Amino acid sequence: MSATIIVGVDGSEASSRALSYAKRLAGLIGDECTLELVCVVEWSPYTFQTTEENALRKKHRQEEIAKAKERVIEPALKALVEDGIKAEGRVLHGKVAHSLNTIAVEKNADQIVVARSSEHGLSARVFGSVTANLVMSANVPVTVVS
Amino acid sequence: MKKFMTPFNALFAFFALALSTSAKAEGIDAAVNEAFGFATGWFVNLIFAPIPGTSFPWIVLWLVVGASVFTLYFGFVQFRNIGHSIALVKGDYSNPNDAGEVSHFQALATALSGTVGLGNIAGVAVAVSIGGAGATFWMILAGLLGMASKFTECTLGVKYRNEYKDGSVSGGPMYYISKGFAERGIPGGKILAGLFAVFCILGAFGGGNMFQANQAHAQISQLTGDYPGWITGIIFATLVFAVIVGGIKSIARVTDKIVPIMGILYVGAALIILILNADKIGWAFGQIFEGAFTGLGVAGGIVGALIQGFKRAAFSNEAGVGSAAIAHSAVQTNEPITEGFVSLLEPFIDTVVICTMTALVIIITQQLVVDPTTGMYVLTESGRIMTADGSSGVALTSAAFGSNISWFPYILAIAVVLFAFSTMISWSYYGLKAWTYLFGEGKNAELTFKVIFCLFIIVGAAASLGPVIDFSDAAIFAMAVANIIGLYFLMPIVKQELNSYMSRLKSGEIKKYKD
Repeated sequence: MSATIIVGVDGSEASSRALSYAKRLAGLIGDECTLELVCVVEWSPYTFQTTEENALRKKHRQEEIAKAKERVIEPALKALVEDGIKAEGRVLHGKVAHSLNTIAVEKNADQIVVARSSEHGLSARVFGSVTANLVMSANVPVTVVS
Repeated sequence: MKKFMTPFNALFAFFALALSTSAKAEGIDAAVNEAFGFATGWFVNLIFAPIPGTSFPWIVLWLVVGASVFTLYFGFVQFRNIGHSIALVKGDYSNPNDAGEVSHFQALATALSGTVGLGNIAGVAVAVSIGGAGATFWMILAGLLGMASKFTECTLGVKYRNEYKDGSVSGGPMYYISKGFAERGIPGGKILAGLFAVFCILGAFGGGNMFQANQAHAQISQLTGDYPGWITGIIFATLVFAVIVGGIKSIARVTDKIVPIMGILYVGAALIILILNADKIGWAFGQIFEGAFTGLGVAGGIVGALIQGFKRAAFSNEAGVGSAAIAHSAVQTNEPITEGFVSLLEPFIDTVVICTMTALVIIITQQLVVDPTTGMYVLTESGRIMTADGSSGVALTSAAFGSNISWFPYILAIAVVLFAFSTMISWSYYGLKAWTYLFGEGKNAELTFKVIFCLFIIVGAAASLGPVIDFSDAAIFAMAVANIIGLYFLMPIVKQELNSYMSRLKSGEIKKYKD
């Protein structure tokens, strides 16, 4: 039986701890396990932008995806492949919690592994953290790595 | 750093010249005013020439006929499909794989922040202070008809936009006229597109720039006491220069965040005043209808009210002018017609909702002086309606709001300045697109335009309202001349798109992505 684990990555120290935990799980499960690395660029369709920003949006989106691939996804994938673990990666735009869950449902994943998010203070109290939102809304089990 | 030296030098040279020609500081304003009126008078006269034998400017008829033709040709599309328009803005039909691209909401919000502004505050005040309450009726009618013009031009804007390899997008009337005419085998597309681009540049300098600077100065000097306009001009020019040449995004970003809040505050305040005076709303609508069909003694009677209503509506929502087609063209969609559906909400929000609010507040707070014995307006020597405190333009709106909410003029002053600023940034982009269409893309061509744009801000702030408003109107309406000719020739293409889309929507081929 195959298993898929979604790992939220953003290139931070915390996210690399989440990644090593997922890697350990994959090692325990064995050959049948695939890690799906997802890097989400925070984005909302309901923001206010200037005309010029709109005209250059497609270009900036391509640049954002290329940058995230190059800095976050590819180095991580390379390290995983070297250790003999099956892994794929992708960059998405959207709300982090929603995007991770959507991919998990789409891939029929067994669980989502993320790091504890780094928001502190007022905004975290008012809006809740990304991790808390994910834990509350996800359709699959979520592991939060501190 | 070196590349910024040239425009700065040009700026200083301009002031050195201005200062040397007049000894006194206040003389600069007068000199600018006179030179400006002299240079633009013939153009204004041409655009606003009356139809022979009447006092009706042909250009106003041109816009109304255009909007009516599109309304009939597309079978009242603005009323039949408004539910679908709202679903599109909400993102119900947006493919999740396109996340990160420009959404329908963003395209609409951006276009709105270019149009919602002084037209809704100062323009409406000008309309009712010349045309009386009745002007409001014609303004609403023009707004409703204008939705069809906007639908037509924005569909074409998306369909014929240029998408470059690096991912940037350029669209607008100059592109759909030249490409669309070529596609249909109609000659003259290049010439008409070029003509549009020339008028668009003038419009960017006029309504998109000088009118804004002028009214922003009027608003600030009302609060601080009188001082020369060129000082405000320099401050605005410096800020706009910092954004469009210096690329200081933080300034633009701050205004982007505040402008929508200001818009909501403005509508909120208007609603509060209407609720406080709920008993007079019926009377106000009575004035609007009576004025629309009798004129209530305004200069030019019914026609006078109608001209003012139509003029100010067009100036405020820019339907048929072509500027919105530039703003809407960056949206991510495979169906150009969807942006047409979204864009038709723009004149509705801008004119039918916000402009009407302004007009109602001015009427309800009884800023327009009525002779108690005849029930007719009291006119001043210049043919304008006498107002409660003698003010006009943005000051009249300010007085109307201030009569119920004493501190609101301060909020309004901030709103006006921010609206003026964001409209200038939007129009600097429209003008730039027209400029690069004519002179080619390139750093030097772009810089030249941007520097001239900033210089016009100073001229606009220094000149008096009369010549500025005349030129602003004339330049913006001239754009509509070229644009609407283009739309007449290209509307069959929009019809094909509309029919194909509607049949696929009905058959379920076009699906919602979320409920």
